[in-house]
Amino acid sequence: MKKRVLSVLLAAAMLSTLLAGCEKKPEAAADGTEAASGDVVTIGVFEPASGDNGAGGKQETLGIQYANYVTPTVEIGGKEYTVQLNIVDNESSNDKAPSAAATLVSAGASVVLGSYGSGVSIAGSDTFKEAGIPVIGVTCTNPQITEGNTHYFRICFLDPFQGTVLANFSSDNFGAKKAYVLTKLGDDYSTGLGHYFTEAFEALGGEVIEETFQEGNSDFTSYITSAKNEGAEVFFAPSSTEVAALLIEQAASQGLEIPLLAGDTWDSNVILNAAEGKNVDIYVSTFYQEGGNPEFDAGIKEWINSDATAKANNGGDDTVSGLTVMGYDAYYVALEALKAAGSTDPAAVNEALWDVTYTGVSGDISFNEIGDANRDAAYIKHANTETGAWDFVAEQSVAE
Amino acid sequence: MKKQTKIIWNVGLIAALLLLLFILEQVVPSSSMLFMVLKKGAIYALVAVSMNLLNGFTGLFSLGQAGFMLLGAYTYAILTIPVESRASVYQYFDGGIVQFAIPVPLALIAGGVVAAVFAFLIGLPVLRLKSDYLAIATLGFAEIIRAVFQWDKLGPLTNGSNLLRNFPTFQSVLYPFIVAGICIGLIVLLINSTYGRAFKAIRDDEIAAEAMGINLAHHKQLAFVISSFFAGVSGGLLAMYQTTIQASMFKSAMTYEILLIVVIGGIGSVTGSCIGSFLFIACSEWWLRFLDNSNLYIGDFHLSFMRPGFRKVVFSVIIMAIVLFYRKGLMGDREFSIEGARRFFQKHFKKKQAVEGGSSHE
Amino acid sequence: MEWITKNLPYLMAGISVGGQYALIAIGYTMVYGILRLINFAHGDIFMVAGLIMVYAVTVMPMPLALLLVVVATVALGFLVERAAYKPLRSAPRMSVMISAIGVSYLLQNLALYITGGLSQQYPAIPWLSDTVTILGATTKRVTLVTPVLTIILVVVLGLLIKYTKVGMAMRAASRDFETSQLMGIKINSVISMTFVIGSFLAAVGSMLYFTNYTGVTPTAGAMPGLKAFVAAVFGGIGSIPGAVIGAFIIGICENIIKGVGWTTFSDAFTFALLIVILIAKPTGLFGEKAIDKV
Repeated sequence: MKKRVLSVLLAAAMLSTLLAGCEKKPEAAADGTEAASGDVVTIGVFEPASGDNGAGGKQETLGIQYANYVTPTVEIGGKEYTVQLNIVDNESSNDKAPSAAATLVSAGASVVLGSYGSGVSIAGSDTFKEAGIPVIGVTCTNPQITEGNTHYFRICFLDPFQGTVLANFSSDNFGAKKAYVLTKLGDDYSTGLGHYFTEAFEALGGEVIEETFQEGNSDFTSYITSAKNEGAEVFFAPSSTEVAALLIEQAASQGLEIPLLAGDTWDSNVILNAAEGKNVDIYVSTFYQEGGNPEFDAGIKEWINSDATAKANNGGDDTVSGLTVMGYDAYYVALEALKAAGSTDPAAVNEALWDVTYTGVSGDISFNEIGDANRDAAYIKHANTETGAWDFVAEQSVAE
Repeated sequence: MKKQTKIIWNVGLIAALLLLLFILEQVVPSSSMLFMVLKKGAIYALVAVSMNLLNGFTGLFSLGQAGFMLLGAYTYAILTIPVESRASVYQYFDGGIVQFAIPVPLALIAGGVVAAVFAFLIGLPVLRLKSDYLAIATLGFAEIIRAVFQWDKLGPLTNGSNLLRNFPTFQSVLYPFIVAGICIGLIVLLINSTYGRAFKAIRDDEIAAEAMGINLAHHKQLAFVISSFFAGVSGGLLAMYQTTIQASMFKSAMTYEILLIVVIGGIGSVTGSCIGSFLFIACSEWWLRFLDNSNLYIGDFHLSFMRPGFRKVVFSVIIMAIVLFYRKGLMGDREFSIEGARRFFQKHFKKKQAVEGGSSHE
Repeated sequence: MEWITKNLPYLMAGISVGGQYALIAIGYTMVYGILRLINFAHGDIFMVAGLIMVYAVTVMPMPLALLLVVVATVALGFLVERAAYKPLRSAPRMSVMISAIGVSYLLQNLALYITGGLSQQYPAIPWLSDTVTILGATTKRVTLVTPVLTIILVVVLGLLIKYTKVGMAMRAASRDFETSQLMGIKINSVISMTFVIGSFLAAVGSMLYFTNYTGVTPTAGAMPGLKAFVAAVFGGIGSIPGAVIGAFIIGICENIIKGVGWTTFSDAFTFALLIVILIAKPTGLFGEKAIDKV
């Protein structure tokens, strides 16, 4: 008897999810109209909220949400549209990316922002391409993303640039001749940046020891020991913040004295928290240094502090990450494109994006013929282990 | 029903299904999640049936499916990336060493063959192992294959641990259905042949089967190789669906998912695996997505427990409920057929009355 | 001397991680010994223990939190057995294993939901996470404590199994499940006890493991769980000393492989080792040969 009741309940539960699934679309539409009672344009946000890159993805999304909070409407073709953000979690996973992308496509997004993490961006790219929806990459730095595509744009610098900057920095500042490069297998961001760093560093006459780690690995002690034994002078670890926290902790407990170097992903308060009060020397290259635009800083800090969810998503404090700034700028680039297109049609927006120029918090943004941003400067920051904040070190560019 | 009418019915059903899909494709906008689910569902149906052939029909408990799918997917991708885009895909390896591309159907078959060859080699030592040990050994082999494909030294062939992309993908939702349909049809023919009966005999009692003159080693090897062949083909299809592939996608979690599909559908039921796969994919990718929406209100009450991740919790609770209360899965070891459906409804009403009378047993 | 300073860290890391695997592996091996069930959810129980700690220290002092972790983890192990495995006692073994996979799925997804998918920083346990220097190599104290604690716990467990009534019942149940029932052993309480012990050791293991590797993610239990399981099979599943020795071997080998520079294969090597031993001696190092009765 009991079993039969349960099975009926179960069947009912499944049926209700089925029904609810069917109702999904009208519901979403009702949501939008309720808020706006007018025209709505949907901007898709294709970002990881869980998995390896969840922390970074959330910070990037935060910037987009803040921008949406500041400017919730846009004028397209003489009509006022309310911007509705449709945020989908791609789970930092290349195999989940296509279906997450398809969710955005079926929600009728006019333009999509994202993603943090190069692998998922490449994996989701074709789905957007088929649907003819333009995407603005926020901080995905791998060259393969935009290469050969007309629908993918990006507002950040690229890995060959970033790798060279960091290689120059380590040889100029530390006189390093030997670098230990640790990358994650199967992570396009990590292997890509590691590759370009190695290339640049070897071109400068340095020697590189390359090692890789598997997904799910959390024991980095042996890598740190190897780096010490080999006499490396810098430890370059382009990786997710999750790995970074583990690596910093273990480097500190093993007394790794050489500087730790990383790319834009490490520009996060996760790193600051992990490094605070420990004997580690961390340098990152990034897009923005807090204080670059005091007005923006103050505004977003106030917003983060007023919203508990936002604060939690930012890692529990109000440090402004470069990622958040990039998310903020990407939103405005999307609005500019919508305005220029004069329509919410994805194809028109795609066409308009080529000529968009915008001066954002992170600097001037315009696209070249591949769809990449014309950027020639990166900021190098150093983690202050006493105050738990970033110290500005240098603005680096690559001499052609 | 006579055998002939049965066949006519089945053929008619399949034709109707394909026609329905064709019409759907013309009517529903191609961006709909429906097609994502249908495509992925068809692919998972194939791999679930191939796993069922081993676990359900031959009684060999293997957990290596993800590894064989990886082999199939990589073979497919490596052989079909157009020559002109190889330089950009294999950017760290000077365009790779494979400098030709073959047609899609051939590449899919090649994927199956590569998986089958590996299965043959792996099968030689591991098929001697019993039940759980076999499961662990095959799981281990899948992990080893994954690591080898990520090896930098093989980069010119496999692109190291980086993504493979730019290979041909599905043009129509019919494609995976037709390929998966043909493959599943072949498996069904196999199951109904002498070999199939021998497989079932091995499943039911190895020692008795051996006493009846069935060559155990030979038949186990055969089932393992054939199952892996189809896993390889489905790997190729999965690559077409995903548009990009990478070794790190084929984790043991993938095998567990397929195993769940097999069990939900019913161990030893081909149609069960197919139905299970569509339901599983639809639930995990589509129907439950609204649960992740954190801005849902009932009246003025904010459903604050609904936030990203809630969908998965609900999904796993459903799965647990099925596992605990529908031990035999949706279909048990029966197959779906028109006649069966009719009988089911007839019997069900009768059974209801019977159960009402005898419910004190439970 | 310099050679020692250089290579000692690999060995220390190996022994320490081996000890942590051992504590998890015992849970696998005991459950398998009695139920013939690969408890796939065990690694996730280990992960949940880590998460409980993360949240517990925010509301209570450290000693209390440690106690709570142990109690809550044991309760979780007990509950999982009662809810997901006990109803399937008469079902085919495959169903129980699927149930275990389902529980693992559920625990991971619950953790994902609660943490929002972000890595949680494990709190530093005083004394354990202090840095110490031996023979010129710096490490956390937990690295040294782990093997010692592991061996103590295993010895205690061995005595428990050998001399107490529950222990004898466990041995009887793992020898012959049905006959032991006939002999008046309350099989359900014996099974619960196995899960309680397994979860207790997993809780202790999680404290040691996460003190060293401080990020707790929803999938943090998957890899250590799999490795520990391999260790259990390697040593001969069902045998406690086997599991412990297997775990140390795997921990050390893994770190040596990384030290040599074959980092791509550090996980694959574990499995290769497993397959070799399975083919050479299918029941593992210390496993007893099962006899097929026709």
